[in-house]
Amino acid sequence: MHKKTAFEQIFQIKGGDFINAGEPSIKIRNILKDIGIDADIIRRVAITAYEAEMNVVMYGQRGTMKLLVTPEKIVLHIQDKGQGIEDIELAMKPGFTTATEEMREMGFGAGMGLPNIKKNADRFNIRSTIGQGTKLRITFKVK
Amino acid sequence: MKNKDIKISNIIESCNLKVVCCQELSGRGIEGGYASDLLSDVMANTKAGDIWVTLQGHPNIVAVAKLKELAGIIIVNGRTPEEETLNKAKAENIIILTSNLPAFELIGRLYESGISGMR
Ligand SMILES: Nc1ncnc2c1ncn2[C@@H]1O[C@H](COP(=O)(O)OP(=O)(O)O)[C@@H](O)[C@H]1O
Ligand SMILES: [Mg+2]
Repeated sequence: MHKKTAFEQIFQIKGGDFINAGEPSIKIRNILKDIGIDADIIRRVAITAYEAEMNVVMYGQRGTMKLLVTPEKIVLHIQDKGQGIEDIELAMKPGFTTATEEMREMGFGAGMGLPNIKKNADRFNIRSTIGQGTKLRITFKVK
Repeated sequence: MKNKDIKISNIIESCNLKVVCCQELSGRGIEGGYASDLLSDVMANTKAGDIWVTLQGHPNIVAVAKLKELAGIIIVNGRTPEEETLNKAKAENIIILTSNLPAFELIGRLYESGISGMR
């Protein structure tokens, strides 16, 4: 069996920067494509990376997204220094959003980001502290 | 028969589209179609090779098209994309087309040209 070594890279995400939003997610997709990861896994990673990244852009002030690839799994760690989430259960509900009118005009704020992350991940973990920020850990099995 | 060997260049002609970025990509094949203005919906529900019909013209549509490996983007209702959208499209190799028609009308013509949303 072909044995890949573990790979790790960290990307910065700037809150409010809608112009460059998506670039970290695109880079992650490109890396996984270069490594030769299965197309369906790349599709699921791309969806979750983009949704998590956009939540930092919209609600997170500033943050980072870390990509970890091992022979067994792909892990995304996203953390931000934003306002945090008051009620995670409510935030996870399809359709729930606190996006501004301006964001919704741009097609954001469908309230489907967190539900779609959960749906596409093999494992999903979210922790948040009001006034401090939010951490997501998203895992995909590679086989 | 639907979705058979249709290229962007075919619909440029049959649907009277204007290429606002990356004419050189008009040889790309189209596998299907999807219409939505909600980015999470497009992220979740498009398939690679879909042509995406939308009202949105801001730079984020390029990242969505790139991440989902869409065939291209058609912006309807005579809207023109922002300058920054075109810069991003060039950098990421995404073809962007515009139509003066409203979405309903354009999608009908795409369907007549042989593109289906179901596959
Ligand atoms: N990183 C974050 N920091 C603070 N709040 C967040 C964060 N991510 C999500 N939220 C909250 O959870 C809600 C639902 O998020 P999501 O499901 O991605 O939908 P949307 O982004 O369309 O609102 C957001 O509207 C916001 O209130
Ligand atoms: Mg979101």
